[in-house]
Amino acid sequence: MTKLTADTFISVDKLTTHYGERLILDKLDLSVRQGEIMVIMGASGSGKSTLLRTMLGLNRPTSGQVKIMGLDVTNASRKQLYQFRRQIGVAFQGGALFGNLSLVDNIQLPLREHTNLDANTIRIMARMKLDMMNLSGFDNLMPSELSGGMVKRAALARAIVMDPQLLFFDEPSAGLDPVVAAELDEYILELKQAMEMTIVVVTHELESAFRIADRITVLDRGKVAICGTIDEVKASNDERVQNLLNRRASREQVTPDEYLELLTRVQATRPHRGDIDG
Amino acid sequence: MVRAITRLGEKTIEQLEHLGHLTVFLMTVISKLFVFPFRYRAVLQQLYFIGAKSTFVIFLASITIGLALGLNLYVELSRLGVQDRLGTAVSLSIVRELGPVITALMVMGRAGSAICAEVGIMRSDEQLDALECMAIDPFKFLMVPKFWATLISVPLLVAIADVIGVFGGYIAGVVIFDVPYGAYWQGVYTSIDWQHLNMGLIKSLVFALVIVWVATGKGFLLHLDKAGVYGAEGVSRVTTQAVVMGSILILFFNFLVSAFMVA
Amino acid sequence: MGKLKLEFFVGLFVIIGLVAVSYMAIKMGDVRLFEQPKYYELIGRFNSASGLKPGAAVEMSGVKVGRVTDIQFDAERFEAIVTMEIPNHIKLTTDSVASVRTTGIIGDKFIKVSIGGEEEFLEPGDQFEQTESSLDIEELISRFVFSAEQSG
Repeated sequence: MTKLTADTFISVDKLTTHYGERLILDKLDLSVRQGEIMVIMGASGSGKSTLLRTMLGLNRPTSGQVKIMGLDVTNASRKQLYQFRRQIGVAFQGGALFGNLSLVDNIQLPLREHTNLDANTIRIMARMKLDMMNLSGFDNLMPSELSGGMVKRAALARAIVMDPQLLFFDEPSAGLDPVVAAELDEYILELKQAMEMTIVVVTHELESAFRIADRITVLDRGKVAICGTIDEVKASNDERVQNLLNRRASREQVTPDEYLELLTRVQATRPHRGDIDG
Repeated sequence: MVRAITRLGEKTIEQLEHLGHLTVFLMTVISKLFVFPFRYRAVLQQLYFIGAKSTFVIFLASITIGLALGLNLYVELSRLGVQDRLGTAVSLSIVRELGPVITALMVMGRAGSAICAEVGIMRSDEQLDALECMAIDPFKFLMVPKFWATLISVPLLVAIADVIGVFGGYIAGVVIFDVPYGAYWQGVYTSIDWQHLNMGLIKSLVFALVIVWVATGKGFLLHLDKAGVYGAEGVSRVTTQAVVMGSILILFFNFLVSAFMVA
Repeated sequence: MGKLKLEFFVGLFVIIGLVAVSYMAIKMGDVRLFEQPKYYELIGRFNSASGLKPGAAVEMSGVKVGRVTDIQFDAERFEAIVTMEIPNHIKLTTDSVASVRTTGIIGDKFIKVSIGGEEEFLEPGDQFEQTESSLDIEELISRFVFSAEQSG
């Protein structure tokens, strides 16, 4: 396996985050190698979205480090963060397309903001990405006129319009029917092969994960339950992993004390999502 | 009893915290108001939405206010035999108080609510996060154009409202009743001087800032809302809050500016 | 098309707004930006300018011709110095009288100028030789009551 010798692209080191007073990620370690598709899985509430947001520099952790392409994202200045974010692409769960811009304007936006290319070149580049995502011909539709699968593909097209080295994809198959979800997985695989991107996918869909992953990390209550190849995950004896694989609820593990704590936790204050202090 | 006091304290701290976030938000926008590059195109779009599209509502609101004011003041003034002073009474009330306040409340309700909902949806849809992740500063990209457009639109709308309102008073006094038109206009022209216009201008700028601040800030801080509801429900609640808070702040600052400038 | 519409309406809005602003500033606020000075100033000293305000009318034969621009107090002679502007084409004789009058009982104060019979005219910056101060209604009434008591 060549991947073992490839350099580490993302390294997460003892990452701890809180949501108000509640512990979300608990001294989490993770590393992603260049050129691989890493799928982060877990039930809802396992902290996978928080991990993603922290890796993007949207949330600040309580302690620990996230190093991506040599930059410590958790302690970076705003300027460094913006510099770093120009080299990555992010596709959000709901697409996060701008409702007042047409599809092609959405795709062109990063190019318009960050390059000095003329309008024609920008249009051609945007069209190429639309074509890759099989969206050509829909240039002037508004996001509200697109179907769920099209929105995800458009989000993906926008994420890769700057040809990033690193792509994050939040829940590619959530809210899609299985056929469209499988189609989207094909696009992700295509991106990895054609553009040699390193791709981090956050999902809770098993089929999707098994289709695209080079390695899978299963999160459980803020900790890594297992990290390995598909076969390793499937062969794991870990109860939590097996629960996830077999879609069993893991309620029996809650002790009365924990249950009491859970009930009294309601008052926990909300944390700040995204910083507003510039 | 102790519980009630504790609850009150909790609420107060909550509100103060929220106000603190709003203030930080405002300071951030202001610090970026003059940063290059200036987004003409975005400002233009916002001018269209906030200014041009509000003109007709402002026209309706101010003409009716002018008419009503003219009718009411005529009745009182003619009782004293000084209906010739109607122009003075109408123009002073409109230029100093009603023009700016009515305009600001209308803009808060029409454009302010829409801005708040728009920004709120962008927050709950992760569009603001998407901007961040595209290395586009949401403040410069979204907020600054809205601030400029509102700061330009509201004074212009107030001027339109003033003129239309005075004209409404003219219709009531001169056309419907028997005030000589010369007396009316002389009353308007001689009683209004730069002090009154100054007050109108200061008020309209203050109100503009309140409108755009509350509208964008409330939407932007949707995720910090204590009720913790995202999506459509959260957006609608925050929008209602913004309109109520904005309207009350407008009336409060109206009093404050009046008090300062009269004193 | 959409672009054109947007710019057209914004342009229209700004034009209407600016027209309203300039109307208010020039007509109501008496801000003179482009007008050349068509007026000259005269000064009147009054024992009392009570109730008179800057911007008040200067009337001749009941017609408004000019306006009061400034009111100061002369601490040496205990008089009010009223500066007023008169259109260039109206020449006032040196013996013209300026008096502070009131429209109606509680109306605006204004300055009434009555022309005299001299051959010479007042130059810009000159003072009226004769002035009448504002009539104080309370004073008038008390004087009337007082004289009635005396005669009765």
